[in-house]
Amino acid sequence: MLSGLIGKKLGMTQVGDAAGKVRAVTVIQLGPCAVTQLKIAPTDGYDAVQVTWGRRRQSRINGALRGHFAKAEVAPGVATREFARRGEGELKLGQAIAASDVFKPGDAIDVSGVSKGRGYAGVIKRHHFAGFPGSHGTHEYFRHGGSIGNRSYPGRVRKGLRMAGQLGNERATVLNLEVVEILPEDNAILVSGAVPGADGALVVVSHAARQARLDAAMESKANG
Amino acid sequence: MNSVIQKIEERALRTDLPEFRVGDTVRLQVKVVEGEKERIQPFEGVVIKMNRGGSRATFTVRKISYGIGVERIFPFHSPRIEKIQVLTRGKVRRAKLYYLRGLSGKAARIQSAG
Repeated sequence: MLSGLIGKKLGMTQVGDAAGKVRAVTVIQLGPCAVTQLKIAPTDGYDAVQVTWGRRRQSRINGALRGHFAKAEVAPGVATREFARRGEGELKLGQAIAASDVFKPGDAIDVSGVSKGRGYAGVIKRHHFAGFPGSHGTHEYFRHGGSIGNRSYPGRVRKGLRMAGQLGNERATVLNLEVVEILPEDNAILVSGAVPGADGALVVVSHAARQARLDAAMESKANG
Repeated sequence: MNSVIQKIEERALRTDLPEFRVGDTVRLQVKVVEGEKERIQPFEGVVIKMNRGGSRATFTVRKISYGIGVERIFPFHSPRIEKIQVLTRGKVRRAKLYYLRGLSGKAARIQSAG
């Protein structure tokens, strides 16, 4: 099958178990995604499966995309992403893939999305600077970053110095979340904890990469 | 709210508990875990606050325990609540009875509604 799927963040809520323990979860509408292209090493240089999610009007896409979707006999989607193959199972063009085909409860996953944009933010919000005292002689200098360097040596501002600037509205990934539950009839999955982006934003959910690497390393160590 | 989220939250709702209001005196049977064992502990007092919010709704019960005011907040739909008994219906004119915190003894009584 696939290493991940695309979907839409619906919002957050909480679920409790029979013992009364409550968990914060994010609900993601995941799939069904349709396979639009199968990439193979001899022709494309690498193996991957391209899938699309959502629905776009025919009149809203250009001719190139129209042809691309028509080739796979798939209705035009909102977004396409590539995923690696994972495990067994044959995939063919146009095939619909549901969340339950790729994930099961308890799986460790990574979720990527575009974080909420905060605009041009100061150093307190952007880098968690402490700011300056509210009194004791501070004069019109409360949320500043302070000094940004020395004097004629080095005569410049060092690279990488944290300053005010754009915060958010960039790709962000949260690692090692847990699939709490899958709701097949709504194509939704419940994920432990928070996920980047606003409600309604596109998110990419994939099997946990770092955890898989660690597991593989442990296994090869155990096998000598 | 999104309809899928609404569906998820509705699963958690409990419909087996009696209706009660702010000002009522209630007796709850609450499950508590002591070491390995689970037992049921009663908690009796006046409902001084209701916090609405679907499956996240809570209510606060206040009682005087050995002269000390004790308030406990319970999730409305918690499976840890075994049973709720409404002992008396109170007649009150506000939604949050915070003023009870400043009163003690006879002054802290609530007139019962018929």
